[in-house]
Amino acid sequence: MFLLLFLLIPIASALVLLLIKKEQTVNAIAIGAALLTLLAAIYIIINKTGNYDAPWLPVLNSRFVLQADGLAKILILLTAISFPAIFIATQKNQTAQKNVFLSLMLLTQAGLMGVFLAGDALLFYFFWELALIPVYFLCSIWGGEKRIAVTFKFFIYTFLGSLLMLIGIVLLYSNTADHSFLIESFKHANLTQGQSLTAFALFFTAFAIKMPIFPLHTWQPDAYEQSPTAVTMVLSAVMVKMGLYGIVRWLMPLFPAAFLAHTNFVVVLSVIGILYASFIAIRQDDLKRLIAYSSIAHIGLMNAALFTHNQIGIQGALVQLFSHGINVLGLWIIADVIEQQTGTRSMKALGGLAKKQPTLAILLVGFAFANIALPLTNTFVGEFLMFNSLFQFNPLVAAAAGVSVVLAAIYTLNMVQKVAYGEVSTATSSMQFVNKNAQGVLIVLLVIVFVTGVYPQPLFDITADTLKQLFVK
Amino acid sequence: MNAIIVSALLGVVMMFSSWGTSSAKAQRNIGLVGMLLLIVANLAQLKGWYVIDFDTKGMLAFNQIGLFANMTLFVLTFLYLWINGEEIEKVGNHTADFYAIFFFILCGVSVLTSFDNLLMLFIGIEILSIPLYILTGADKKNLFSNEASLKYFLMGSFSTGILLLGITFIYGATGSFHLLPPVLNPRTHMVAEQFLMSAGLILLFVSMNFKVSAAPFHFWTPDVYDGAPTVFTSFMATIVKAAGFIAFIKVFETQRVALGFTWMLILSFVIVATLLIGNITAVFQRSVKRMLAYSSIAQAGFMLFALYGNSIFNTEALLLYIVAYSLATIGVFAVLIKMKDYSFESFNGLAKQNPALAFLTTIFLFSLAGIPLTAGFFAKYYMLNALLTAGAGLWLLIVAVVFAAVSVFYYFKLIQAIYFTPGEPAINEVGKKYEFKLWVVAVLIIILGVFPSLLFNYLYF
Repeated sequence: MFLLLFLLIPIASALVLLLIKKEQTVNAIAIGAALLTLLAAIYIIINKTGNYDAPWLPVLNSRFVLQADGLAKILILLTAISFPAIFIATQKNQTAQKNVFLSLMLLTQAGLMGVFLAGDALLFYFFWELALIPVYFLCSIWGGEKRIAVTFKFFIYTFLGSLLMLIGIVLLYSNTADHSFLIESFKHANLTQGQSLTAFALFFTAFAIKMPIFPLHTWQPDAYEQSPTAVTMVLSAVMVKMGLYGIVRWLMPLFPAAFLAHTNFVVVLSVIGILYASFIAIRQDDLKRLIAYSSIAHIGLMNAALFTHNQIGIQGALVQLFSHGINVLGLWIIADVIEQQTGTRSMKALGGLAKKQPTLAILLVGFAFANIALPLTNTFVGEFLMFNSLFQFNPLVAAAAGVSVVLAAIYTLNMVQKVAYGEVSTATSSMQFVNKNAQGVLIVLLVIVFVTGVYPQPLFDITADTLKQLFVK
Repeated sequence: MNAIIVSALLGVVMMFSSWGTSSAKAQRNIGLVGMLLLIVANLAQLKGWYVIDFDTKGMLAFNQIGLFANMTLFVLTFLYLWINGEEIEKVGNHTADFYAIFFFILCGVSVLTSFDNLLMLFIGIEILSIPLYILTGADKKNLFSNEASLKYFLMGSFSTGILLLGITFIYGATGSFHLLPPVLNPRTHMVAEQFLMSAGLILLFVSMNFKVSAAPFHFWTPDVYDGAPTVFTSFMATIVKAAGFIAFIKVFETQRVALGFTWMLILSFVIVATLLIGNITAVFQRSVKRMLAYSSIAQAGFMLFALYGNSIFNTEALLLYIVAYSLATIGVFAVLIKMKDYSFESFNGLAKQNPALAFLTTIFLFSLAGIPLTAGFFAKYYMLNALLTAGAGLWLLIVAVVFAAVSVFYYFKLIQAIYFTPGEPAINEVGKKYEFKLWVVAVLIIILGVFPSLLFNYLYF
């Protein structure tokens, strides 16, 4: 029953928001709802909670099943931290029809929570789509200049992916003994080898588009750039994790043979993507595009680690799901603060942030370090484990992927140098006031970065049961 | 039987109702009450009460599914008349005549859901078609309407000719007008008179494809749908098309065995062609009305999947698809009627001016595109499931979803105009009452989108 709260709180507050116009109240309600969800998330991490299970579509034998294991918990925690952080940090931004904006954001949150909690394939598909629709409207209404075409591309891409996944679901469903969508029944579905491979391909395409994996990534940099930054934060901190989540939750347990048969293919694809994205990131001048490409590289690494099918690598990736989310969120918030006040994202036009706003510059350096996975930051632990598994998989692959660490240092430090140091540029000198909300959020996030960097054990504890399930038969 | 008798009588009553009252409103209300009466009469038969019961000598056979199909189509017609009543009055000045035509069409529909003999199929199609030619040309002073009517009439009679030829061949092969399972020749274990039978069935297939506007027999559709008065297009694209599909599936229920593998081949070809032509052409349309005409061809491609297998899943899927598609289409057309012109641009900025109407249109379009939480999603889901159960190749499913993704392209173009493009919508006044009616449709779509099984519960009581 408790798990229902993760859907009910955002949906109920989203509906309430539609009726309210006053901006202060709107902000307060959205932040309040998001914080309440965060409390609930902390509660389920400390206490064990039962599953929620109710009949939904008796004719199809589909059930409304919500379950929270380690994998779900860590992503729920990430989602629950991200939304209040985004709401508080962007509170002061000028947004037309803020109530509708925040309402759609909360619906997205409900969709994401549903994706992470669903234990029934049809329900999973429902939430998978439900998370996408509000984002489509958010980006198309409040986005940048080229928003409509870019968002449309993003939408069609992901929609096609999910429809292919739907075929996979139908295929599995028609081969289950008890005609059910439950993940347990899917595991015991009676598939021929060919069917299993097909279903694997169908599911994987959907997840690969969502992450995205090279060569299906073309929607992403444009979408990140054109979306309003608050939505970009959701997209890159949480939404891309849906793809990785899908791999651990659905692909691995459902098609073990097909999964193992494709490890080489996918790992190589990921490594190509990592290098490709890293090289492009170096050439970027736009702050948002740089972070977008850097994110593609990081996600690629997580995907590669998952496909090594090595306990260490998967453990690393599970922790990284959370850590990457926190880091990238911090980077986006800083980018947003800069863009809101200077009106530009071009790094050429920026410079001298350290002189103008020292606190913000220090925070930027902190998150930049985390982005390069320096020791003591949260990503170090994850990357260490992931590279370890890649090395065991194939030293050459690990070496190739390892180049990306160097490249990450190049583009990240270059970015820090251009933005924070040097002479105060005209754009930077227009930064008049200190955005206390954003800085407060950034400080909290940075604390999380270093605390989980020094003592990551709690994250390992949360995900321990998922790992056990995957590897102990 | 009840439905056939009552609808025919109601048609006659409506024809003469203008003697009793000249007020269009009264005529409209008589029509609505008549519609309710028809629903009750059909329900009575479902419960086993007959107005008149006699032996039709194997001409008609009433089964649960046929009666249930009647039920859904009648309820959809009721909704249609309830929403569009005032718009129908604006076309021509003989409102009662239109209602009479509607009842005659419904009489044809009831014959098509219950025929057990190819002659009755022919009669049903004719009862259905002739009033439709009149409806298409109802806007007498509009040349496009006249052209559409003539075109529809010529093409329609041609396809009826093909139908008759097919029936003749089948009669020649089997010596019967009945839809019996194919007779096997004891010596060869092949279907007796195979060539004649197959030729007949293929002619029947062609003619039925024409009626449901499947490619490559779809050429009349865009012109007729575009030329006909918009209110009537809404009716033709939904209830009439649905009746065609029910007849289609009924004809080939038993007969498709005779065609064997050829059946799968031809059907797959027709489906892929329909999806391709419907979807791709719809993308390039500049008029929303024409886009909807092509989208109705594309949706017909999806409905054709129901013919792939013989199980109850197929019938279920088809019924759900019909309901989902019809509700959404009636809704979109009801909004379209209120526009001053039918270009995509005229929808620009609708969300600002009338958020409620914009939201409703979005729900209808979502349902057509098959987005979850709307009836359209489950319609597509059931269809895919039925297809897989019927043993279709996976490639066909993939083709289906690729085109479903293409369809998002043109449905969302309208959503983009409504929400993201600023402008002054060219729209007539929409009253609160009208809006309420559309809300009813939207709520039905969402209820079916969460609990699609509600529709089928009645199939098994």
